[in-house]
Amino acid sequence: MAKTASKQINKAKIKPLRFDTDWQYDPAPESAAAAQIEPEYGLFINGKWQKPDSGQYFNTINPANEKELSRIAVANEKDVDRAVRAARNAYEKVWKKMAPAERGKYIFRIARIIQEKARELAIIETLDGGKPIRESRDFDVPTAAQHFFYYAGWGDKLHYAFPQKKLNPLGVAGQIIPWNFPLLMAAWKIAPALATGNTVVLKPAETTSLTALKLASILQEADLPPGVVNIITGAGSTGAALVAHPDVNKIAFTGSTSVGKIIQRSIAGTNKRSTLELGGKAANIVFEDAPLDQAVEGVVNGIFFNQGHVCCAGSRLYLQESIAKEFIRKLKDRISTLIVGDPMDKNTDIGAINSKEQLDTILRYIQIGKKEGAAIHQPACSLPKKGFWCPPTLFTDVAQSNRITQEEIFGPVLAILTFRTDDEVIEKANNTPYGLSAGVWTDKGSRIFNMTRRLRAGVVWANTFNKFDAAAPFGGFKESGFGREGGLHGLSPYLDINS
Amino acid sequence: MVLNMIDLTTLEGKDTDQKVRQLCYKAMHPHDELPNIPTVAAICVYPNFVRVAKKTLEGSKIKVASVATAFPSGQSTRAIKLADTRFAVSEGADEVDMVISRGKFHAGEYNFVFDEIAAIKEACGQARLKVILETGELGSLDKVRRASEIAMYAGADFIKTSTGKIQPAATMPVTLVMLEAIRDFYYKTGIQVGMKPAGGISKSKLALHYLVMLRETLGQDWMSNEWFRFGASSLANDVLMQIRKETTGQYQSAAYFSVD
Amino acid sequence: MPIKKNQTRLSVLKTYKLYIGGQFPRTESGRYYTVSDADGKALANACLSSRKDLRDAVTAARSAFGGWSGKTAYNRGQILYRMAEVVEARRTEMIRELTDSGSSTAQAKKEVDACIDTLVHFAGWCDKYHQLFSTVNPVASSHFNFSVPEPMGVVGIMANNEQPLLGLIQPMAAAIAGGNTCVIVAHTDRPLAAISFAEALATSDLPGGVVNILTGKTSELLPWMAGHLDVNAILMSSLDNSAWKETQLAATANLKRIVSLPENDALSPYRILDLQEIKTTWHPIENIASAGSAY
Repeated sequence: MAKTASKQINKAKIKPLRFDTDWQYDPAPESAAAAQIEPEYGLFINGKWQKPDSGQYFNTINPANEKELSRIAVANEKDVDRAVRAARNAYEKVWKKMAPAERGKYIFRIARIIQEKARELAIIETLDGGKPIRESRDFDVPTAAQHFFYYAGWGDKLHYAFPQKKLNPLGVAGQIIPWNFPLLMAAWKIAPALATGNTVVLKPAETTSLTALKLASILQEADLPPGVVNIITGAGSTGAALVAHPDVNKIAFTGSTSVGKIIQRSIAGTNKRSTLELGGKAANIVFEDAPLDQAVEGVVNGIFFNQGHVCCAGSRLYLQESIAKEFIRKLKDRISTLIVGDPMDKNTDIGAINSKEQLDTILRYIQIGKKEGAAIHQPACSLPKKGFWCPPTLFTDVAQSNRITQEEIFGPVLAILTFRTDDEVIEKANNTPYGLSAGVWTDKGSRIFNMTRRLRAGVVWANTFNKFDAAAPFGGFKESGFGREGGLHGLSPYLDINS
Repeated sequence: MVLNMIDLTTLEGKDTDQKVRQLCYKAMHPHDELPNIPTVAAICVYPNFVRVAKKTLEGSKIKVASVATAFPSGQSTRAIKLADTRFAVSEGADEVDMVISRGKFHAGEYNFVFDEIAAIKEACGQARLKVILETGELGSLDKVRRASEIAMYAGADFIKTSTGKIQPAATMPVTLVMLEAIRDFYYKTGIQVGMKPAGGISKSKLALHYLVMLRETLGQDWMSNEWFRFGASSLANDVLMQIRKETTGQYQSAAYFSVD
Repeated sequence: MPIKKNQTRLSVLKTYKLYIGGQFPRTESGRYYTVSDADGKALANACLSSRKDLRDAVTAARSAFGGWSGKTAYNRGQILYRMAEVVEARRTEMIRELTDSGSSTAQAKKEVDACIDTLVHFAGWCDKYHQLFSTVNPVASSHFNFSVPEPMGVVGIMANNEQPLLGLIQPMAAAIAGGNTCVIVAHTDRPLAAISFAEALATSDLPGGVVNILTGKTSELLPWMAGHLDVNAILMSSLDNSAWKETQLAATANLKRIVSLPENDALSPYRILDLQEIKTTWHPIENIASAGSAY
């Protein structure tokens, strides 16, 4: 008989594992030297850099150390008008008339140049927005290149996607993008618009304009005809002016649900087409037969990837009660080794929060969670003095009616609830005004398809999470927005489809 | 730290006493030109070389590990495997690296596999038992997990990935699954079990990746050669080259480091 | 080319070999045939391929199939785009190959540009044709049921029409965009451009064996291709009635699919579909309390 069988096991005496070891990681800093950031940027209109009408500029900072990176122009209504007119002109005179295969070749060029300049773009993205360099390098930039590459190919093939239909582009697309995946969101917007024959006026988020502006120089390098894509920077008022401009045919917006509603009200009664990709409060559901260690990785990725600044973040964790205790123990062990730190360090898992404003929002919700009586758990981490930081945060003893369960926090904060049956968790997962994404963890195939069938969400990840591909449509149900980006379904929002 | 965790190995049909002596010397003197270089953790040889290895290593802290149980295939009788083990132990082996019966495992005879490990453990006496799962033959990570648990509950002191005789040998996914199994076993029983990835780790950078996995799954209490080993041969020289590069800033050449 | 008057430098003549498994071997038969220009003047010697060269090419194509069909569609698209980049860079050379063998400059330019644009076109199909030709099927039982196209395997292509380069690249692009590997027999009388094109393939990140190009007599090689049990499909012109019939008869040995090379409509996803099989998969959807009908 094995000797272990006769040992008495005293659970209370089992020492916890110690992850802060004598062996420490050396810093692995990426150098900013490979990236060139201008001290000041104008507006990119009609293929040229132009000064803003108001002469006004604002600072953009690195949220990891609050140091200024560059000065960004503020586009006012006059600038917006100039940009729209440039886009209209380019549309009528050049882009609409060009052979679709030739349009496609421009977009292929853009994809290839992004790949050539991948390192520079990744560095700028991290400096400007605070996300870890590993993420910019391994996810944001390559996926952005893929979007251009994928849509480039559709340019001359649209009649196969919509057989027997008379297709026309919409004209000028006004596009407003958020700060959480700045370059990638620019790719998601520009690529399908161009491939379907439209021209673009793009407004990046004010805290993260730099990669869009670098993209503008890539467009010049690709020899894209002037005016086909125009990039104008500014804050809320610039966006509002763009949305309100009478000569814009289509509005594409990714951002918060509240702003999405403002936009919808603004264009009500006009002929403007729109697609909105808004907030979410995704349920990530773990069944007792799930491979638990892999589910832990998926849950961690689901809420801490990009500091939780993800519309489709798995911010509500539903654990089947029979495995809840073991899962939470594994989850706590796992997050204790996550490294919060300098985004430019290749060891970093969780970077800086994008802005002071967003950090205040997150901290407010953490206070709410505590006040509501939820139990908070944060691993011990040393946070840098300057910059905006939040450690990974778990809340247990959470119910469906907690505000931290209902409202989008947009940070590295996970609300953990339990459930007992499939019906119960489906009801709770769907019990939200949002419907962007959901996750299901189980080894049982028939349960996967039952769950995906009944979850009211635009993207369902089974035994994985946060997977994106240019060929796969993405978008929400309900107040998470409408319209799809990516894949074949990402074409119709930019086309006029008639018989 | 990596050097000190290596089990320097020779398991070839053409091994001789002289070959083993030379390997032992290398084990004790990896690169005398560099100061403060630790020795490796152990030498791993066939049972008939345990005696000469033990003698050559006298005075050093290096352990002698012997493979046993009809290594590498494990296709033999219980009696032969026990005799193989007892011979190695009586010759002075500090550690025994056994192989599980993969055929029986795939046939679903888990009790057989369990009983066999338990019997070999008993025959080891004071020697520590490493159980080789031969993950390259198991076919899926689920099976690796199951085999890990059987080995630990049957008394393994270490679980080891591979014999090094087939491809694939150690991989990062397989190692992570085994580390997680060790962690869950520890939480259930309070018993520590060691881990040894063997084969396919010839570069220092890869060895560091494995140490990162070890640190972030099991932590401080496993970060020594008492609980973690690399089954490797050419890794040692690559580590020495990296150490040299750190101090001189120059890329190195294999010509400057002794082979065993 | 003889030394021209007023020229002191002798040019180095190219040796045109076969393209098999990513390498450029000579024909194992040691045979050659003379390739002439439109006026009958000798241009170069080309390899007169044998059945053994064909055999080796099929072996190379089969070895390459697992890796090529296992790549992501995106990766295949990038490789096809790179092929376009490389041929574009060699545009002048390719035009000259065609004019040497009888095309007018205008014709040659048009053909080479069409070749490059064909490669770009099919690069763009790699990660899209599935979205046109796959389905999720609403079966009348609680199952998730989906059908997807999968490549046939090793495809033989008899490239022997009016345009020696385009007539090879169009069917090749459709075959490999769909994940197949291929063995191509080039235009018998005008094979040189095909071998120069092979040089572009060899430098474009295309794994060896995905495309193999043989030169020689179609009439000699086709019967061996038609009867080869490890070739899954043959693409050929249906215009030569007797060759068509002979090939179909020989192909019955392994139920090889014989597909007609279209006269037009070459730039179509249906050319990819021509060389795909459809696989349908079923998986139950558990019906816990009123899940409703399936997809």
